[in-house]
Amino acid sequence: MLSADAVTKTYRAAAGRVVAVDGASLIVQPGTRVGLVGPSGSGKSTLAQIMAMLLEPDSGSVTIDGDRVEKWGLRSLRAMRHRVQLIFQAPRVSVDPRLRVGDAILEPLAASGMLPAGADERRALLQSWAARVGLTNDLLERFPHEVSEGQLQRACLARALVVCPRYLICDELSSMLDVSTQAALLEAIAAVQDEHGLGLLLITHDRVLADAWCGEIADIRELSRCEAVDPAVCFSDDGGFRAQRALERLDAA
Amino acid sequence: MTALLEVKDLSVGFRTRRGVVQALSQASVSVEQGELLLVVGESGSGKTVLAHSLLRLLPRNVDVSGSIRLGGEDVLALQPDALRRVRGRRMALIPQSPASSLNPVRRLGGQLLEAARARGLTEAQSRKRLRELLGELGLDLDSISGRYIHQLSGGMQQRVVNAMALVGEPDIVIADEPTSGLDSDLVDATAAQLREISARGASLLVITHDLRLAERLGGRLALLYASRIVEVGPAAAFFQSPSHPYGRELLRALPEREGKSIPGMSPELTALPGHCAFADRCPDRFEPCTESVPDLYPVRDGVHARCFAHAER
Repeated sequence: MLSADAVTKTYRAAAGRVVAVDGASLIVQPGTRVGLVGPSGSGKSTLAQIMAMLLEPDSGSVTIDGDRVEKWGLRSLRAMRHRVQLIFQAPRVSVDPRLRVGDAILEPLAASGMLPAGADERRALLQSWAARVGLTNDLLERFPHEVSEGQLQRACLARALVVCPRYLICDELSSMLDVSTQAALLEAIAAVQDEHGLGLLLITHDRVLADAWCGEIADIRELSRCEAVDPAVCFSDDGGFRAQRALERLDAA
Repeated sequence: MTALLEVKDLSVGFRTRRGVVQALSQASVSVEQGELLLVVGESGSGKTVLAHSLLRLLPRNVDVSGSIRLGGEDVLALQPDALRRVRGRRMALIPQSPASSLNPVRRLGGQLLEAARARGLTEAQSRKRLRELLGELGLDLDSISGRYIHQLSGGMQQRVVNAMALVGEPDIVIADEPTSGLDSDLVDATAAQLREISARGASLLVITHDLRLAERLGGRLALLYASRIVEVGPAAAFFQSPSHPYGRELLRALPEREGKSIPGMSPELTALPGHCAFADRCPDRFEPCTESVPDLYPVRDGVHARCFAHAER
């Protein structure tokens, strides 16, 4: 299982420190789908990035299939990265614009030293993943700006799945996409789940989507002791008070 | 009654390295005074290009044909001076993503006043008008004037650009993806603000891929697919029983309905087929579908659908 245990993360902001996640614990079992819901600024993405080992928590721990993440240095994490993959909300800004779509999909394999040596083998692997996410081969030769948003998000899904992760975290996978592409992406994930027993953490604003797709739903506001604090809200009249309370709690701790 | 805005056979093609990207093909829509028109479709179906065409915001590498008439005036033929009197005063845009459509390094007060003055208001009129508008939206001009856009929450940012669009008292407001990336509370608030704009008597053209927002707003709906309008009619009729197979399959894909995707992908805009663009994915395809492009045929009570299944009626 993938677990976050009492993780806390604070950010420095102009108004002082802001507690994004405060002592949150969450478990994702292999083969299950967990929905993580909550309003903007409640720390969902921070928790996701911690669980994907992209962000080191101030305190608390992350454990992947029994292996606790001890060292958060880039080199030590490299061996574990492929076990948990993350997909972001905006595909346009999460793909290197200079890489062709096909190369972008294979990049995680290269980064974790798992890229097959033979060109034929690489092509076969690429094409099999492209087919599973519904991409045609001609799209693999294009640059990101030459494909649609939906096609690029399909590529991002293939890129996440190509290293055969044990866990997949989708951070607002489809809030910019039409419902049919959303359904297609989720169907592709479900098919991989059936085959490999992948564990899924689906972060979404969309409660209806979470209800329809997830066996279990966690609300970040119940996981974390901290209230929703949008970094932008901190500066607003009504948000200042919430940020202040978060800061007070931090001082008390 | 003549329509306030009348778009006829509007085609827009972008000349690119890969050939001509046909973003809109012979789109015809009209908006009456005070009417709400929803333009719905997936990304790349031509929605934003339609909005930008209306305001003549397209880049240089485009070929435009057809006509856009605003209160009888030919928008495509307007000279720069006349165009400035249309933009913001008769037709205003609420852009996609408020945070990135304002200048991040200028305080909001200056930007708001500049927008108001560009609509022909004096300094004093501008302040008065902005104070009223922001007040109605629950914001105070003096307290936000000294701030930068990033210092406001998403909901407040949205209200600032709404006020900016309304300051010239336009006849028609075009909102481009007003809810993308907002959470459900903000979607509710945005929907309420759009209804408010509509209640003031302004016509409203809302561009969205958010079917739930469209259903909530109501009005009339035009569904775009691969550069063409494939269905147009009352929104309520669409959500109850869509007439075009694409509309029907799209609604089925909603998670609260069946959550089932439409197989395949929409065709490339550089190589649109000479027949129905949805034919390859359509479960009801029959012979004529792969032979020519269907017209918009009348279906019932003001509903038209671009589908041969309705041709014989």
